[in-house]
Amino acid sequence: MPDLSDAAKTEIRRLMAQFPHRQSALLGALFVAQEEAGVLFPEIVAQVAEVMRLPESEVTSVASFYHLFRFKPEGRHLIQVCTNVSCLLNGCDRALERLKHRLGIEVGETTPDGRFTLRTAECLAACEIAPMMMIGPDRHGPVQPEQIDEILGKYV
Amino acid sequence: MSESFLLRYVHEPDQGELDAYLSRGGYEGLRRALAMAPEQVTDEVEKSGLRGRGGAGFGTGRKWKFLPRDPAVTKYLVVNADEGEPGTFKDRTLLECDPHRLIEGIVIAGYAIGAHQAFIYLRREFHRARGLLERAIAQAYAKGYLGADIQGSGYRLDVVVATGAGAYIAGEETALLESLEGRRAMPRLKPPFYPAVKGLYMQPTALNNVETLCHVAWILARGQEWYRQQGAPILFSVSGHVQRPGVYELPLGTTIRKVLEAAGGMRPGRAFKACFPGGSSAAILPEAYLDTPMDYDLTKLDVYGSMLGSAALIVMDDSTCMVEVVARTVEFYRDESCGKCTPCREGTVWITQVFDRILHGQGRTEDLDLLNGIAKGMTGTCFCPLGESVPPAIYSTLRFFRHEYEHHIRTASCDVRAAAHA
Repeated sequence: MPDLSDAAKTEIRRLMAQFPHRQSALLGALFVAQEEAGVLFPEIVAQVAEVMRLPESEVTSVASFYHLFRFKPEGRHLIQVCTNVSCLLNGCDRALERLKHRLGIEVGETTPDGRFTLRTAECLAACEIAPMMMIGPDRHGPVQPEQIDEILGKYV
Repeated sequence: MSESFLLRYVHEPDQGELDAYLSRGGYEGLRRALAMAPEQVTDEVEKSGLRGRGGAGFGTGRKWKFLPRDPAVTKYLVVNADEGEPGTFKDRTLLECDPHRLIEGIVIAGYAIGAHQAFIYLRREFHRARGLLERAIAQAYAKGYLGADIQGSGYRLDVVVATGAGAYIAGEETALLESLEGRRAMPRLKPPFYPAVKGLYMQPTALNNVETLCHVAWILARGQEWYRQQGAPILFSVSGHVQRPGVYELPLGTTIRKVLEAAGGMRPGRAFKACFPGGSSAAILPEAYLDTPMDYDLTKLDVYGSMLGSAALIVMDDSTCMVEVVARTVEFYRDESCGKCTPCREGTVWITQVFDRILHGQGRTEDLDLLNGIAKGMTGTCFCPLGESVPPAIYSTLRFFRHEYEHHIRTASCDVRAAAHA
């Protein structure tokens, strides 16, 4: 596993300088590390802790609290299907079933080719397009099951 | 008669550009504020009657007055842009369509409370909003609307955007501060940690919601008297089984029925069954409450702990299985519970276990009393509002839709779904 690059460490230090207390930059720093390394391996977490001069245990504890940090390898594109009330009412289950069928995986799994990871998500604040999902940074909705193939085709 | 203003420019693609914003009267409110004493700005906001739009509905001017005036005390302004209450999407809409309005509101609020540093705690999933906001902030710095000596006033304010990392609980104000300090987003004990007294880095802190600060910009631009004449507008996020889900600007106190009509009413062939009037933390109300005004004060909405909350109206038609909706809602709180206090951590797990067996045809007659009992055990005992958000949906559906629970338990099937698909 590669070390964090100098560029990543510089970016983490830039984030630290934005706050009166350096620990405030921790979530941002973990995203910098995750975006570069793909996964918050223990060694990567240790390097974030070192750059930020924080206890490794504290950094691990914080990282483990939040949904968006990853501790095992995932696909290139994260699919988050909202299953909260507004999307439930508008048929998210059908879209989710179609996704599972097309990708051949269950929620929480990654396709064998490493292209997609499928997750359910809580309300993503876009209920006007329910049922909705996000793929990477993009919002999609209202998602009809028959559109799934076309949407997935945009992500290689 | 009120005019729509919060959403006036929602369809203008260039509204996020400083020049376009200025050409439409942008930063007029800030100009007016900087010509006033900070206390006058706070008075203006207090007189406007504006109440925080994050959900609690506390008077914004009053909140600011809790902060010490002493200029030697470091104060912070923190913007809660971590919109996450199920069914709520108005802050995201404002962030994406009118980011300079928020920046203007931030500078006015910072000036009023004497802060020189503001932080926007933005939901991580708001990728589009983050790009637009960072761009707007850079423009504001370049043209002297942020930074040192804002518009020649001598007032300095810096703004930093920080993001969350996926945690509903971070929307609770003290949990948000913990997260902004780089820790697990677990709520702080109140007292002593009221943000106005001991907030970010234990300094006095004003915490305001995105929509609230957009109101502030308009109040200062047009004056509190004009604002009051608009009838205290509020953004309703309307979703679920309606014809035109979306964000609607209507006066506070509009009835549920009128808000529903604004969103195009029910879909063809379907009838209204129930709604969450204020996000999933509110109680579920049946048709009999359609003419209830959606307001913070009116006690009518306070049925089994229902409330206006974040003004997210989630509408359910006659095809909806209420047991399934409540089960999903409680699962959400279970997954998002931070685990700090026992009633929330354990109660949400126990309740979902009971729902699981009811929905899987293994419900028992005594389960309804059990649900009620667990909900009672959580009422008034949780450390923060997250756990307290669970009982209202249980109480209200046990009261108004008890027959659906009983049918599930008696027959191991759902008659609502069967009828809807017949």
